[in-house]
Amino acid sequence: MTENVPALPERGAEPAGGELIATRKGMFGARDGGDTSGYGGLVRRVELPGASERPFGGYFDVVADELEGALEEQGLPLEAISAYVVYRGQLTIHVPREHLVRVARTLRDDPALRFELCLGVTGIHFPEEGGRELHSVAGLLSITHNRRIRLETTAPDVDPHIPSLYDVYPTVDWHERESYDMFGIVYDGHPGLTRILMPDDWLGHPQRKDYPLGGIPVEFKGAQIPAPDQRRAYS
Amino acid sequence: MTVIDGSAQSEAADETQEPTEGRVFTVSGGDWDDILAGLQESPEERIVVNMGPQHPSTHGVLRVILEIDGETVTEARCGIGYLHTGIEKNTEFRSWVQGTTFVTRMDYLTPLFNETAYCLAVEKALDIEAQIPERASVIRVLMMELNRISSHLVCLATGGMEMGALTMMTAGFREREETLDLFEFITGLRMNHAYVRPGGVAQDLPPGAVDKIGNYVKLMRKRFPDYAKLCNENPIFRGRTEGVGYLDLAGCMALGITGPVLRSAGLPHDLRKSEPYCGYETYEFDVPTWDTADSYGRYRVRLAEMYESLRIVEQCLDRIQRTQGQPVMVEDRKIAWPAQLALGSDGMGNSLDHIRHIMGDSMEALIHHFKLVTEGFHVPPGQVYTAVESPKGELGVHVVSDGGTRPYRVHFRDPSFTNLQATAAMCEGGQLADVIVAIASLDPVMGGVDR
Repeated sequence: MTENVPALPERGAEPAGGELIATRKGMFGARDGGDTSGYGGLVRRVELPGASERPFGGYFDVVADELEGALEEQGLPLEAISAYVVYRGQLTIHVPREHLVRVARTLRDDPALRFELCLGVTGIHFPEEGGRELHSVAGLLSITHNRRIRLETTAPDVDPHIPSLYDVYPTVDWHERESYDMFGIVYDGHPGLTRILMPDDWLGHPQRKDYPLGGIPVEFKGAQIPAPDQRRAYS
Repeated sequence: MTVIDGSAQSEAADETQEPTEGRVFTVSGGDWDDILAGLQESPEERIVVNMGPQHPSTHGVLRVILEIDGETVTEARCGIGYLHTGIEKNTEFRSWVQGTTFVTRMDYLTPLFNETAYCLAVEKALDIEAQIPERASVIRVLMMELNRISSHLVCLATGGMEMGALTMMTAGFREREETLDLFEFITGLRMNHAYVRPGGVAQDLPPGAVDKIGNYVKLMRKRFPDYAKLCNENPIFRGRTEGVGYLDLAGCMALGITGPVLRSAGLPHDLRKSEPYCGYETYEFDVPTWDTADSYGRYRVRLAEMYESLRIVEQCLDRIQRTQGQPVMVEDRKIAWPAQLALGSDGMGNSLDHIRHIMGDSMEALIHHFKLVTEGFHVPPGQVYTAVESPKGELGVHVVSDGGTRPYRVHFRDPSFTNLQATAAMCEGGQLADVIVAIASLDPVMGGVDR
């Protein structure tokens, strides 16, 4: 029976130490009950790329060396950077929230780094990633050196506080308001963290994964087309 | 609707709406004498004017809250969100290919930039950037540069109209219409094209497109000088724009401003040069700058950029002719959209040959078609960020995949959203009438701001 089955790479077989964000079971909505198809038994671990090892390649090593050197001069502990992730030729630096502002200030002011432009902050919600449900990602660009990196910080759902980058990069003013509006991430130190896109009296944070999309089924030529969030999903 | 999160609710909503200090006068019609009599009782003359959200000079549904002292603006704040449609959330419930049809509606003046930026992000996440056929990239560049011209034309047209230069408006929209006619000819739609798809473009250029675009370039080369003649040395135009909406390089950096506004402050930063995509490094063009950091400089930068776009379009036409007959979609049949469009008796639709193939010849082809269309392709888990130089600045797309057939998160870093933050810095201390000119020089489009 099995000799004709090609050796498919096992899904979710990313490099060890990947960041587990969810475990999915089943397919086509068959998860329990009278499922005899076998799909209900499928288990898929969803892992984001894990920490990379040196050398990272390109200018990433220079950035990492300069950043670590500059942080050491300031007497910051090594834990100020929790991981470097290189994926698809892009560098993401994971920073614990208590060190975020110092790291960002160093990246902006150190002459060898000089990330003078921030491309804003955005949130991501991973409801199944225990203790790290909320991610806040800031893109930085150094026009001086033509380099681009990302800073990623996480916060648990029960304590959704992340320090604001407003003092370092005033441009994140509206971006942090949007991220608060959409994900409920509270940016401590922001001068006026209010809703920006949703009405002021709105309840809930719409882009969180536990917030429904909404919508109504549509009658189409005698058939009911369910609302988009009720349709069959394949993953 | 079910409300989920009760923990971090906005406390402001629970507080009463009572003013914390002083008297507040709400003026919404009524007799001026009564209003003035009421104001005279107040020891301080603090007038807050609400402009918008539907004022014709606010570039869509933008609300500007101004505090004025006579004719001088002492504080300016923007209220946005009136056009929020939840596009980012919606993409999480559709396949990766369907995402194109959503993001094209964000900044509706630059649909092809939205599509290309999104598709470049999906392609990077799929790691198929190197497989994109040359002809597809050339068509993308061609369409983006035409789109840059049409977007700048709207900026000049509406910006002129808001200052009372109505000829700018009629001329700008006349030329824009020529551009949109080209878009309609090539993609089938004037706006919201969904023409650029992950892996390439939806279909090849129709026969006769090269001639049409060539004529367009000739026409524009004849007409663009009129704008310069009309405005460049026009004393009223210069009087209204020079020194207005001033924002220097340090201000731009701090506020994250990119695009023509940054280049009007003298920095030749252009992603097409610094981080080329779609083969921009192989095209010859210059990055125009200006050194006055004001509305006039931004007008001159945009005008010069339209000429540079024409140069790029001409180079694209040569390549279009050279790559005639080459594919416009990746080879990988696990990603490429299965059907090819063809013109039938009832308009554009699926190619009849393809229908015959899947319905009559090959069961496997039918399964393949069905799987790709209903389920879509999987994108490996991870996050990527790509950016293109849109007419307004850096248009960034942050895409997160969980390995599924739908985006886990799509975020657009829209340049209008960021640039609009400069309103306060540009307007405070200036004249009330200059607010309009300053905001027009930012060229915000609320569809992109609110998404």
